[in-house]
Amino acid sequence: MSGYSANRLDALFERLAGEKRGGLGIFITAGDPNLETSREIFNALPAAGADMIEFGMPFSDPMADGPAIQASSQRALKGGASLASTLKMVRGFREHDQSTPIVLMGYYNPIYSHGVDRFLRDAIEVGADGLIIVDLPPEEDPELCLPAVEAGLPFIRLATPTTDDARLPTVLENTAGFVYYVSILGITGTQDVPTDLVRDAVTRLKKHTDLPVAVGFGIKTREQAATVSQVADAAIVGSAVVNVIADNLDESGAPGPGTADRVVDLVRDLAAGVRGARA
Amino acid sequence: MAPNTAPNTLREGPDEDGHFGIFGGRYVAETLMPLILAVEKSWAQAKGDPDFWAELRSYHKHYIGRPSPLYFARRLTEHFGGAKLYFKRDELNHTGAHKINNVMGQALLAKRMGKTKIIAETGAGQHGVATATACALFDMECEVFMGAEDVARQKPNVDRMKLLGAKVVPVTSGSSTLKDAMNEALRYWVSRAETHFYIIGTVAGPHPYPQMVRDFQCVIGDETRVQMQEAEGRLPDSLVACIGGGSNAMGLFHPFLDDPDIKIYGVEAAGHGIDSGAHAASLTGGRPGVLHGNRTYLLQDGDGQITEAHSISAGLDYPGIGPEHSWLFENGRVNYVSATDTQALEAFALCSRKEGIIPALEPSHALGFVSTIIGDLPKDHLMVMNLCGRGDKDLEAVLPRLEEMGLL
Repeated sequence: MSGYSANRLDALFERLAGEKRGGLGIFITAGDPNLETSREIFNALPAAGADMIEFGMPFSDPMADGPAIQASSQRALKGGASLASTLKMVRGFREHDQSTPIVLMGYYNPIYSHGVDRFLRDAIEVGADGLIIVDLPPEEDPELCLPAVEAGLPFIRLATPTTDDARLPTVLENTAGFVYYVSILGITGTQDVPTDLVRDAVTRLKKHTDLPVAVGFGIKTREQAATVSQVADAAIVGSAVVNVIADNLDESGAPGPGTADRVVDLVRDLAAGVRGARA
Repeated sequence: MAPNTAPNTLREGPDEDGHFGIFGGRYVAETLMPLILAVEKSWAQAKGDPDFWAELRSYHKHYIGRPSPLYFARRLTEHFGGAKLYFKRDELNHTGAHKINNVMGQALLAKRMGKTKIIAETGAGQHGVATATACALFDMECEVFMGAEDVARQKPNVDRMKLLGAKVVPVTSGSSTLKDAMNEALRYWVSRAETHFYIIGTVAGPHPYPQMVRDFQCVIGDETRVQMQEAEGRLPDSLVACIGGGSNAMGLFHPFLDDPDIKIYGVEAAGHGIDSGAHAASLTGGRPGVLHGNRTYLLQDGDGQITEAHSISAGLDYPGIGPEHSWLFENGRVNYVSATDTQALEAFALCSRKEGIIPALEPSHALGFVSTIIGDLPKDHLMVMNLCGRGDKDLEAVLPRLEEMGLL
């Protein structure tokens, strides 16, 4: 079995299977709305009920993201976030949490700029557990996916409603950790998850892979998270979470008092939904 | 062992995955991949179909007005006192720029694929107008994404698009210019991938767009070869074109890449000057990165965040460049140079006064560079500059500046 990093994801999904429930993945953008508040939110997520964290690496041109995550990325960059500060936050998190998987999610250019080998070394060293890079389809596997596999860091692929049965094997080939099913035809946070279609989609994916299947893009409420976690191995919520941050900014764009608490409240609510779903 | 027949051509790219050396590729979200592959497959079929080209050529002749003239600019030649300057007059095309060459090709491809809904991005509005024009002609639904800032500063083109029946979608994300319009068009396409065709306006984006747009624009260089033979009995000695994404330049250059004696100059927009940091010269002032589906030279900071471009020309105001240009830059076949806002404005005025041709700000950059070298070249040197667009759209932005400079 490859590196230590894959084990946190495997261990999570094993534990969830034992508890007979789906997991809750929470997306936040590293450094949103500023480094300090973001660190506070990040560190509070596991206790609030997040089973894993999708940690967004901010990028100036997030091509697959809707307005909510675009804005969160802009706030983070304005607040001084960089790939280096993101990695540093993961390192800080690992000082007190050894079990919650962290998946770094973002776009390729900041990684390419940092240097692929250096990035993989740094990501593993600080304690990241996987990568989701939106603009690297299987056709570009030699860029980062194959070096990541080689280094023992799972490269988690997105499957979408346009990924048909003929293409699925290509998409799944070098995927590790879990498969991320994009539940809508579109960008993040713009539509509601079609919960009725998700069951069929997950069933279809499971015919092609033994990996766990997480579902995201469009899950906004406790009810939706609960419904999705009944049929998938995890539900991932992003835009709804960063919207709480946006709603708590004052006129100058600074976070109001209790911003982190409001995020924690939402995550608690979502977690309660997920935990009660299969009871 | 095969005999030593190493390819001596620079015209064979890209490879089957869309790479020109390390540049190009397909860096898009999975949702778009099946679409991109479908466009690639249809394009491969169309490219080999004589009927497709016959139909396109018929539109060239009867609708666009091709071939565009190769015009000897006698008064400018006398003014500079050096080489003979020829203009390839692509500003005389229907809609006033080279953009229509590509749009008609892609619209015919979309029709062939059974798509009736078209999206496009636009900066100065020339590509948007060309797309709206083709959509009117082919009875297709048309939505054009345009940065809110460009909507404000290019009102005549916005009005033209509306009149032609297109919906102009102002984009307020990011810096509200061309880069953001392209982001938004890609986002929109992701959500409508099954019904819409995206007509990209330049030799950039994911494979097969850089190759496909180039192939549609090569009519410029192909005509130039024939026309220069007719005019002077030989090929030109040098070629010059401006570069934002680089489609007019690639269209002129590509048919000449394998003529090693011909010097080729691509002119980027230097804005306030390369050293000022406020420019749009991706090759001169950027480094390789990945954006909008391809690897190419980009303006970016040390963390790989894309930075703002600046140019007085909205059509050159883009922080990237087509991937094949990046490849031609690194292998040295094309010389990439730049011209500032001021040089472009001087050329804008000069061309209007000396030749009675009001050029767009984009080719004014090319002429601005020409003016720095042509006087020192021998009188039997033949230079071709692509006059790729007309300047009516720019008057509002240009006139106050020319007044300040005492050129009115």
